Amino acid sequence: MREALLGYALVLPALLVFGTFIFYPFVRTAWLGLFEQPLFGGDSTWVGLDQYLDEWRSDDFRNSLFVTVKFAVFTVPVGISLGVLLAVVGHQRLRGIGVYRTIFSSTVATSIAVASVLFFTLFNQQLGVLTKLLNREGETPVLDDPRLAFIAVCGVTIWQNLGLSFIVISAGLQAVPDELLEAARVDGAGAFRRFFRVTMPLLSPTLLFAVVVGSILAFQAFAQVDLLTEGGPGDRTNVLTYAIKTTALGNPPDQGAAAAYAMALFAITLLLTVVQLRFLERRVTYER
Amino acid sequence: MSGRRWYRTAGRYATLTVLALMFVFPLYMMVVNSLLPPEQLLKKANFWVSPGDALWGGYSTAWNDGHIGEYLGNSVVVTTLIVAGQVVTAVLAAYAFAFLDFPLKRTLFVVFLTTMMIPFEVVFFVNLDTITDFGDLPLVGDYVGFDTYGGLALPFLATGFGAFLVRQAFLSLPRDLRDAAALDGYGHFRFLTRVAIPLARPSIAALGLFAFFGAWNQYLWPLVASTEDHRTVQVGLGFVSEGSVDQVNVAFAALVLASIPLFVLLIVFQKQLVRGLTAGAVKG
Repeated sequence: MREALLGYALVLPALLVFGTFIFYPFVRTAWLGLFEQPLFGGDSTWVGLDQYLDEWRSDDFRNSLFVTVKFAVFTVPVGISLGVLLAVVGHQRLRGIGVYRTIFSSTVATSIAVASVLFFTLFNQQLGVLTKLLNREGETPVLDDPRLAFIAVCGVTIWQNLGLSFIVISAGLQAVPDELLEAARVDGAGAFRRFFRVTMPLLSPTLLFAVVVGSILAFQAFAQVDLLTEGGPGDRTNVLTYAIKTTALGNPPDQGAAAAYAMALFAITLLLTVVQLRFLERRVTYER
Repeated sequence: MSGRRWYRTAGRYATLTVLALMFVFPLYMMVVNSLLPPEQLLKKANFWVSPGDALWGGYSTAWNDGHIGEYLGNSVVVTTLIVAGQVVTAVLAAYAFAFLDFPLKRTLFVVFLTTMMIPFEVVFFVNLDTITDFGDLPLVGDYVGFDTYGGLALPFLATGFGAFLVRQAFLSLPRDLRDAAALDGYGHFRFLTRVAIPLARPSIAALGLFAFFGAWNQYLWPLVASTEDHRTVQVGLGFVSEGSVDQVNVAFAALVLASIPLFVLLIVFQKQLVRGLTAGAVKG
């Protein structure tokens, strides 16, 4: 009995935080979606699921969903491939390799906000070095160009994440026994065969983890859009998170419509997290 | 060294160096541009600044007029609150889940894990209303409302991931330890502080680092839940960069200043950092 009371007392602080800032607002958000706010103020009215269905069918929502999925499909595989490249190159036994490894992890020390503001300024139309290097002077600024803005947002994201991918994948590479690679070499396997037949299979759990976590983070990306493009040009970078923010805190604010966007983002995250938890559980149990 | 081997080594260094240069180029330009007068940037691309021509004024302008100093201070306060909160709540809950028996334990643990499925981006606008209402509370309102340190930290004082991570570390301790400690007359509090926490230190440190990065780099919540007074550095950067073109060295200097704390951490704690950031991905 005393043990039970102590148990509840110990989980209580965390539960209070979860209840107040995760579960309550989640239920409240879902609830808010059932009410429609009139365009020009006044009390909101009960519309049931109509608002959800209308929003999910709207072109704006479809565009946001499309942009978000495209963003994840662009940034995750490219980011992880580059991470593997850097990790393999940085895994060699050479004098001074530590310096290179520090450089390859260096974007861990930036944040997505630092990276976004940095590239925003490097893309400055009048004096940005990237504008000059890419020969974009006198043309549409990169971040206003309908085609290039999305690519730029992806590029900044990939670059900023690369330090972390490098660290995670390098740690995975440490687990590949050198003797195995040496044995394959003695058997006459070339560098490519060794990589695809020995390293990759042993690295695959790490890569799977990186893909799942990377996807979850990609669907939650916000700062780079807010700082680089503000969703533009023409909504081409208007990802779900950004649409939620501009709808919920817009002028006038529309929490009901934002709820429809938010619940869609939740559904996607739910799916990905279930995969992640399965994976975490398995890794942790297998080790013990 | 045979001729062929020499070529191969040179080739490896060349590959490494080219990749490293491409990778670090934006950061390098950040430092160079922070030291150049903006007029010079307008004319042509500059890739070098000689120490004699370096213009250091951007740094003091960013620190004082750009308020980067204050923003960094705000970040330190909010981050400290969040890291401390996450570590304490995780250790307490993990202890209950690992060593105590009580009705609904499994259900409660599932509830903890469920929190990982709800992204903050889904719930933040209701939380903004909550925090604003908290501002009207008697006594504590001034500390937990909109645009307060407490308001910025409160939603992040506990995570399901943290409790999960520490619980795993506690579960891996040998059962005999608990029995031996009980024989020695250790109560729960002494067992937790003298045995469980010291032995689980690597996991707790990993959680601390993980929490630190998450809190320090936060953007959405401080953007919507604070104003000038409690603005964190990540959000503040966006405001500095909106300055005019002839102040662009100030924007770059602000970026350098904002990055310094994490760079120092990266260099000093590289090993621990790697372990912290890979917690859950690869156990070493």
